[in-house]
Amino acid sequence: MDRRTSIKWMLAVSAAWPAWHASRAQAPSAAAATAGAAGYGTDPDLVTSHRRGEFWPLTLTAAQRRLAGVLSDLIIPADAHSPSASAVGVVDFIDEWVSAPYPAQQRDRPIVLDGFAWLDAAAGQRAAGKGFAELEASGQTAICDSVCSAARAAPALEDAVRFFARYRDLTAAAFYSSPAGRQDVGYIGNVPLTSFEGAPPELLRKLNLI
Amino acid sequence: MPFVTPQSKQRTYDAIVVGSGAAGGQTAYTLCMEGARVLMLEAGRRYRPESETPMFQTPDMAPLGGVGTPQKPFGFYDATIDGGWQVPGEPYVRTTEEHGGRFDWWRARMLGGRTNHWGRISLRNGPYDFKPQSRDGLGFDWPIGYEDLAPYYDKVELLIGVYGTSEGLENTPNSPPGCLLPPPRPIVSDYLIAQRARRVGVPTIPGHRAVLTRALDHRSNPKRLHPGNARAQQILAADMQSRAPCLWATPCGRGCSIRANYQSTTVHLPPALATGNLDIMTDAMVYEVTLGPDGRASGVRFVDRTTGRHEQASARVVVLAASACESARILLNSKSPKFPDGLANSSGKVGRYLMDTVGSDVSGQVPLLEGLPPLNEDSADGHQLYTPWWLYREQLAGKLGFARGYHIEFGGGKRMPGPGTGSGLEWLNGGNYGTKFKEDVRRYYGSFVYFSGRGEMIPNENSYCEIDPGGLKDKWGIPVLRFHWQWSEHETRQAAHMQRTFGEIIEAMGGKPEKIETDGARAIAPGGLIIHEVGGAIMGADRRVSVTNQWCQTWDVPNLFITDGAVFPSNADKNPTLTIMAVAWRAADHILASLRRKEL
Repeated sequence: MDRRTSIKWMLAVSAAWPAWHASRAQAPSAAAATAGAAGYGTDPDLVTSHRRGEFWPLTLTAAQRRLAGVLSDLIIPADAHSPSASAVGVVDFIDEWVSAPYPAQQRDRPIVLDGFAWLDAAAGQRAAGKGFAELEASGQTAICDSVCSAARAAPALEDAVRFFARYRDLTAAAFYSSPAGRQDVGYIGNVPLTSFEGAPPELLRKLNLI
Repeated sequence: MPFVTPQSKQRTYDAIVVGSGAAGGQTAYTLCMEGARVLMLEAGRRYRPESETPMFQTPDMAPLGGVGTPQKPFGFYDATIDGGWQVPGEPYVRTTEEHGGRFDWWRARMLGGRTNHWGRISLRNGPYDFKPQSRDGLGFDWPIGYEDLAPYYDKVELLIGVYGTSEGLENTPNSPPGCLLPPPRPIVSDYLIAQRARRVGVPTIPGHRAVLTRALDHRSNPKRLHPGNARAQQILAADMQSRAPCLWATPCGRGCSIRANYQSTTVHLPPALATGNLDIMTDAMVYEVTLGPDGRASGVRFVDRTTGRHEQASARVVVLAASACESARILLNSKSPKFPDGLANSSGKVGRYLMDTVGSDVSGQVPLLEGLPPLNEDSADGHQLYTPWWLYREQLAGKLGFARGYHIEFGGGKRMPGPGTGSGLEWLNGGNYGTKFKEDVRRYYGSFVYFSGRGEMIPNENSYCEIDPGGLKDKWGIPVLRFHWQWSEHETRQAAHMQRTFGEIIEAMGGKPEKIETDGARAIAPGGLIIHEVGGAIMGADRRVSVTNQWCQTWDVPNLFITDGAVFPSNADKNPTLTIMAVAWRAADHILASLRRKEL
């Protein structure tokens, strides 16, 4: 993949905003530098492993983190292949994401926080006094079912649908970035090899490609 | 002599080279290996790929899974530091923010510049690419032809290591025996793309990239590169042996600590330093070429970014290799009574005819690639195959509606999962969650393909840079550039053709394109996004309408040279870096000969 495609694919998780829109949003006519003050800077250490919260404080409340974990695990539950989202640190990733000082993440923050509030309100309509995290499983899935598909959802739920799609993307971003996620999809690369053999001939024959 | 400060540098040098990327690295390499004493000035900090490259780091170790941010536009692990389309404290201005008229200026303030992260795609210009005006009446011819540059393409390939094959296709030159390394073997999606693209009339051949698929021939190559120069041969042979071949993992855009791909910092600078002829000063931001009373360049003025002090350096020859727009900026800021509009600008052409590459991408999902067994498809980071422009005859006959061609970079496969994996699947599965969602991610992983068109832009009068008439200065007090940009229908129609073609190929694979944009004005990436900006000080045969002659020597100041992409009078679809190096090597040979004859 060339570098522009990789940036595009990486940015796909940022609400499909291509890079030029991001720079446009932060730079009017005189493209003055605005990105210098916060964040990890333009020259971070690339070879050490970084922990969430190292570069900017995590900002979700305990209740929001609890809800985030419940929702992430509804999206990516444990199965025979891999653990659940919350078991591999997805909540910390989400917290880092919505707390980040960058434009794409700052755009996501209200989408996520408003979405959390909507989930709690929707839960309260089903069981007075309960938030989404406290709702019984059938109620949680009923709410998710109502917003997980733009094509099937009620038009009035447009904002909640957009939130759910975004949150699902962020959950997947965190999960499939983790070792458990890489293993789940069967990735076997990122190891040094002495030679690269390319596509196995028997597979190519099976696919009628040679 | 290696890394110096304003205090420890020598009083004077044979040559000052401004910039340390593909152009500066190549110029300094050639000069130093053949005995000239060179001071290289780099605006960014010293950078050590051997210890700073994140080779096997995974997305979970990076903030935000490593996605791009304004501070690291190509992702956290991209090699670029202190760079991007915005550099803090170093603004620029443009006349519009609109999609069709904006230009975004990429800079990399670091030793080695953008060669640390570039895509490594290394294609020779063909014979047509040097004489485009003669062929279709548009743009400008180069004052040289393919035959003039061919020996230098050979040299660059032998020095840096480029994989590929010679296929004998139209305007897609062969390399002489021994120049190219074997290409990596194709992956499954390559075979499928090749098979189905052929059905819609689109050929594919092995790609060309500056990656060592095996070690360079340290016995033969140094002799071919430096005949009669035993010391240079010895230094280069030792250096070639210290470069390891590719280990078939980790993206090249991060740079390469084992020096398996080309970066100026790992290929050009180490042997040049080993000669003892090269001094490098980093954090030295050049803003002016000084003019002596004899009408010759006497040296440069620069800001020491560590102290903020303004300093000077002097040499017999000054070479600008700071990147197309930065070199133009230095010339335009070098004003004197003799050159009130900027140095070497008697033609008025400094800053004019900026070009980028036409870029447009399509991705799609292919059911035939679902359900494959686990495969390691890291390869040498993709580009096992590509498509050179294939419709020369139709184009010349006027059947396409646009005058110049494009090549296709494509790929797919089971890349390292990351923050893009599993995102945005709703267009395929209708939207779900839970165990079904996990099954879908597994099903679709590795079944996506992408196609990137990279095409030629014709220079025009409305795409240029100038010193900002509003008087804006950067934090060093240096006047900044203002950019003007305009595409012609040759470019927008070409972008629309890319979209249609990629859609046809994906459909011929039984796949589904995510989105086809048939409006070329919307399909084309904004100027500067492909980061192939060239022009701004074009070479020519007529001093009234060009800035340099065929040797990259400015018409107005005989000891002032420009060896970066600024001198390109056209921007073929072929990625410019290999040609930048070939042009720089040829210019450096000319400088050496002139120095020996005491003409400079």
